Amino acid sequence: MIRSIQKMFNLQKVIPICSIMIGILFILAIFAPLIAPNDPIAVNMAYKLQPPSMDFPLGTDQLGRCNLSRILYGARISLGFAILIFVSSILIGLIVGTFSGYKGGWVDHVLMRFCDGVMAFPSLILILGLVGIFGPGLTQVILALMLVQWVYYARMFRGMVLSLKEQNFIVAARVSGSSKWKIIKNHIVPNVLPPLIVMGTLEMGWAIMDISAMSFLGLGVQAPTPEWGAMIHEGKSYIRTNPELMLYPGLIIMVVIVTFNLLGEALSERYGVKRRF
Amino acid sequence: MVTYILKRMISIIPVFLFATLLTTGMIHLSPVDPAEAYLTAAHIQPTDEILAQKRQEFGLDQPFFIQYVNSIMKICQLDFGISYVSNKPVWDEVTNRMPATIQLALGSILIAVLISVPLGFLAGVKKNSVFDHFSRLLSFIGASIPSFWFGYLLIFFFSVKLDLFPVEGTGTWQHLVLPSITLAFPLIAIYTRLLRASVLENIEEPYVLFARTRGIKEKTIMGKHVFRIAISPMITGLGMNLGKLLTGTIIVEAVFSWPGFGRYFIEAIFNRDIPVIQCYVLIAASLFIISNLLVDMIQMYIDPRISRKEGYKQ
Amino acid sequence: MSRLKIEESNVLEVKDLHVHVKTKNGVTPLVQDLNLELKRGSVLGLVGESGCGKTVTSMSILQLLDRKTSKIEGSITLKGRELNGLSDKEMRKIRGKDIAFIMQNPMNAFTPVFTIGHQFVESIRTHRSCSKKQATELAINAMHQVNLPNPGQLLNYYPFQLSGGMLQRVMIAIAASTHPAVIIADEPTTALDVKNQKKVLCHLDKIRSEYGSAILLISHDLGVISEMADEVAVMQNGRIVEKADVFQLFDEPQHEYTKKLLLARPLLHVNQPIIPLA
Repeated sequence: MIRSIQKMFNLQKVIPICSIMIGILFILAIFAPLIAPNDPIAVNMAYKLQPPSMDFPLGTDQLGRCNLSRILYGARISLGFAILIFVSSILIGLIVGTFSGYKGGWVDHVLMRFCDGVMAFPSLILILGLVGIFGPGLTQVILALMLVQWVYYARMFRGMVLSLKEQNFIVAARVSGSSKWKIIKNHIVPNVLPPLIVMGTLEMGWAIMDISAMSFLGLGVQAPTPEWGAMIHEGKSYIRTNPELMLYPGLIIMVVIVTFNLLGEALSERYGVKRRF
Repeated sequence: MVTYILKRMISIIPVFLFATLLTTGMIHLSPVDPAEAYLTAAHIQPTDEILAQKRQEFGLDQPFFIQYVNSIMKICQLDFGISYVSNKPVWDEVTNRMPATIQLALGSILIAVLISVPLGFLAGVKKNSVFDHFSRLLSFIGASIPSFWFGYLLIFFFSVKLDLFPVEGTGTWQHLVLPSITLAFPLIAIYTRLLRASVLENIEEPYVLFARTRGIKEKTIMGKHVFRIAISPMITGLGMNLGKLLTGTIIVEAVFSWPGFGRYFIEAIFNRDIPVIQCYVLIAASLFIISNLLVDMIQMYIDPRISRKEGYKQ
Repeated sequence: MSRLKIEESNVLEVKDLHVHVKTKNGVTPLVQDLNLELKRGSVLGLVGESGCGKTVTSMSILQLLDRKTSKIEGSITLKGRELNGLSDKEMRKIRGKDIAFIMQNPMNAFTPVFTIGHQFVESIRTHRSCSKKQATELAINAMHQVNLPNPGQLLNYYPFQLSGGMLQRVMIAIAASTHPAVIIADEPTTALDVKNQKKVLCHLDKIRSEYGSAILLISHDLGVISEMADEVAVMQNGRIVEKADVFQLFDEPQHEYTKKLLLARPLLHVNQPIIPLA
């Protein structure tokens, strides 16, 4: 797959380019307050549904708010929460996974069966179910996403603990007198890092997709917070007159997800990590 | 063969019990008090008296285990309770809306299979052709594009600009086209990739070479021998991706205002209509379990190696 | 006059065969200056280590190498007809009918999801227009010839249900069913135990004597070669280094490589002191 894109664009440098793009996205998100030309939630009916102009580079929406500013601020929500979910699910997964692998026995068995069940079940339905119980709202959505994502990492960490328990080089390292921290740094981390990075990249893409899907359904972000999925939801009534209200946010979602997916696939080929389907 | 099926069906039961346990447990743990939610939806002022009465009615004051057993018994009789919003039995509401969703699902499976089977197969047989590159690009886009945006893109181009299909609603087959395509697109991405990989794997096998040395036409080798084997993982994939299908219906129904089960589920979430939510999750879980079983059975038919070897006496 | 007679009895002639393959690093020769003659009813043994080009040679004869990456130069004639460069359509008529191929590993050779009978009948009907019933009868006959028990029932089995030895015999039956002029047997005994090896060689011999098929027997097992072959060609790195009558080759090998190959066999010295290999 990557080779075909490489052939088409004649590039060997998918990883650096995607990484740079993601870097740019993050910079845009972090510095949105400085870059954005206008206040994203400032309503001004006089300026509603305007075409692109100097004041409003991408035009305005139905409430007179600047589209570009809303997209930039939306990046903060999508990327910011994606990182939050990423970090927290890794932490939870790490704790549960290593505990499970270490303990073994029926504890391990039960936990892994549970993880298998959650993994196999479509994630959006679980998230929706959780949101149904907790109620609509961004916090609830993020919470639900965290509760669903950690299982993948748990499985990964547990597998690692299991294989490492038996690896000879750990025993050899201990025998040769390396301290515990040295072992972790030199042996464990290089083995954990590649699959973690690959999974993390792909999961970020999916998290952003899920956040925007939930907001699109009206269950995540609540008005007037700018978020790409919600913007599409609001823009749909104007599809005949002002399709750009719906096109811009969707385009940026796709660009972001494509970048993450490309990067994830390239990394998985480079480091030889197998992706789950 | 029969014993195997029976064994599998029995193994479903604990999973099912677990799913019901989970849903009942979640409601128990949720910050929402079902009694209060009901009263709010019914626009009745929840005074303490009425609350206590409703709680008793719902059996909420009884120990969890008894609640759980009660709900299981009711579910076996297809009694999922009464919707807080409409005051009608949940099961009736659900069965009213199911046909629309099933229609959508079938339409999209049809489109997905019709496109991905030839596309994936030919992409594998003619590796590295323009055809192949196109299919891989399509797969990649299909996996990355948010389906709600894709739906709107389709609406924009085909309804608004070209005026070929209606924007929303149901009724005629034209109404079904755009939603089905939207739902099918991520599936096409997955299946095409799967089939292609499977074909590529099989082309290298010795039996292909042996068939060639016997003078059998290349078309027959590919179209009959390789196809029959390569299609097998795709069928497994079909079953496993039923989940994606279900998820997709929720979004597609929202985009196209399709009056189906998915849309009803979202409404229920907004209205905090707990019995409906529980019903949906349970139905989703059951569908999931049953589809896995069906896929296994179809696999056994297609690949005789599995059925002859797996636990039944010759 | 006598010259013509010799050429007529050469069923398969390979002259100046050069095969090279295009790789990332350039062009690599696989086979060079190869010359072979197969006479009617005789067995030519092709010996050599793995990777010396034996399989490439047989694939070239069958014109089954990947046309995009490999190039075949030279002449390959079957009963006077040039095969190199022949269109795929014409070549297909020859494969499986005039030239039959027996593969090394019988367990992988058959498509797993179709019965043996289905595949046998398919082979037969590819080269001969007849009904399924007629083809089935032909198949059963052919299987009788290789002493397979209960052919009628056997045809309904799937490949994984039969043992390696039986599958190999089915392959021989398929090969023999068209009374081919040439049979290429690529390591036909390697995947089998000794008892089955003997059976396979017996059947090949029977086919040779009954239908006059010429056999190109490829093997790295010198015992098999010495048992079956009339003539032997030794290959090393894509070239034939020695070609001789079987007795002559084993008794008086000329080339260094041949000598090394022969010495590599464990020998049984009876009534002789053990001579250490120098």
